[in-house]
Amino acid sequence: MNAALTLFLAFTKIGLLSIGGGYAIIPLIHERVVEQAAWVSEQVFADIITISQMTPGPLAVNTSTFVGLWIGGVPGALAATLGAVLGGVILSLLLYRFFEKYRFSAYVNSMLEGLKSASQGLIVSAAVTILLLAFYGSGSPGLHNLLSGLNWAALLIFSASMLALRKWRLNPLLIILLSGLAGVVVYT
Amino acid sequence: MRKNLRTWLWLAGVNLFISAFTFGGGYVVVPMVRRYFVERRQLFKEEELMGMAAVAQSTPGAIAINLSALAGYRVAGTPGAVISCLSALLPPLVVLGLVSMFYAAFVSNHVIAALLKGMQAGVAALIVDLVIDMCALIVNRRSRFMTALIPAAFIANFVLNINVALILGASCLLCLLMVFIQTRKAP
Repeated sequence: MNAALTLFLAFTKIGLLSIGGGYAIIPLIHERVVEQAAWVSEQVFADIITISQMTPGPLAVNTSTFVGLWIGGVPGALAATLGAVLGGVILSLLLYRFFEKYRFSAYVNSMLEGLKSASQGLIVSAAVTILLLAFYGSGSPGLHNLLSGLNWAALLIFSASMLALRKWRLNPLLIILLSGLAGVVVYT
Repeated sequence: MRKNLRTWLWLAGVNLFISAFTFGGGYVVVPMVRRYFVERRQLFKEEELMGMAAVAQSTPGAIAINLSALAGYRVAGTPGAVISCLSALLPPLVVLGLVSMFYAAFVSNHVIAALLKGMQAGVAALIVDLVIDMCALIVNRRSRFMTALIPAAFIANFVLNINVALILGASCLLCLLMVFIQTRKAP
């Protein structure tokens, strides 16, 4: 029980410090569980990140869950996961209610509009990152290998998915499943 | 009561389902919520979804979980938020529990690696598709300032590597300043 409480508090703090989600949280978790507490080794942590990327669910949640599981079994996993998300969820709800309550204030309204635009910019940034990763792997492309380094199969899967989405409004879930199947066909 | 129960069950189901298939990071949840909450059920408008996504991103923690909680709250209040959040957390917990038992085999499996590589391209398409529609909503409002904020935030984040919290905070301040100037100019 004590271990679960320690995990819960540690991950609550990590969760509250990570704005921007996803990859922003990884260094924070690393610092706490590998460098400070030595709960897991470097190697295990690297494995944990790999598996968290390979399994469904948000990366930050998966990593927290897995670290909790590794250190404290199922109670540890529950404690770490809840800790990692609780603060953010509560703050989200409070901020949402704040915007709802003062939606007739010109100041508050323009703040929300600004956040919408800025967050779109950030989503574009995430989209470009994912595109580069899908088309060029982990190394970033330069002018010299813009074509030679391109993964044509990935480009094909991407274009087919775009067509299916824009033209036929195909279900997002089907897109994920079909592109996964296409990957198995092309890459194995 | 009966109607509540049905809404809760639907929320639990849809969140379990979405969470079990969000490969490739939290942002995929936004197109998923759009499909099931906005397009299928018309529980709220696309514009509202954009506001929720912005709030989910501006607060700490995982964007996907924050967004499920917000969508649940919008549909069924606090119980909706709690139900959505817990159901979104369950699939990763179960999958990771299973995977951790034989993870060496899982990591080195070629078929799984190929599956994930393929999914990456599909997920990229999902997010690009979403970005096109969402940015069109902003651009169509014909506010030069709000439109310019999109590439500005992109460059700040992608090219200049500026902290996300700083970008969002600066955008808020700029907007407040804009309104302040406009209200002073108006007679």
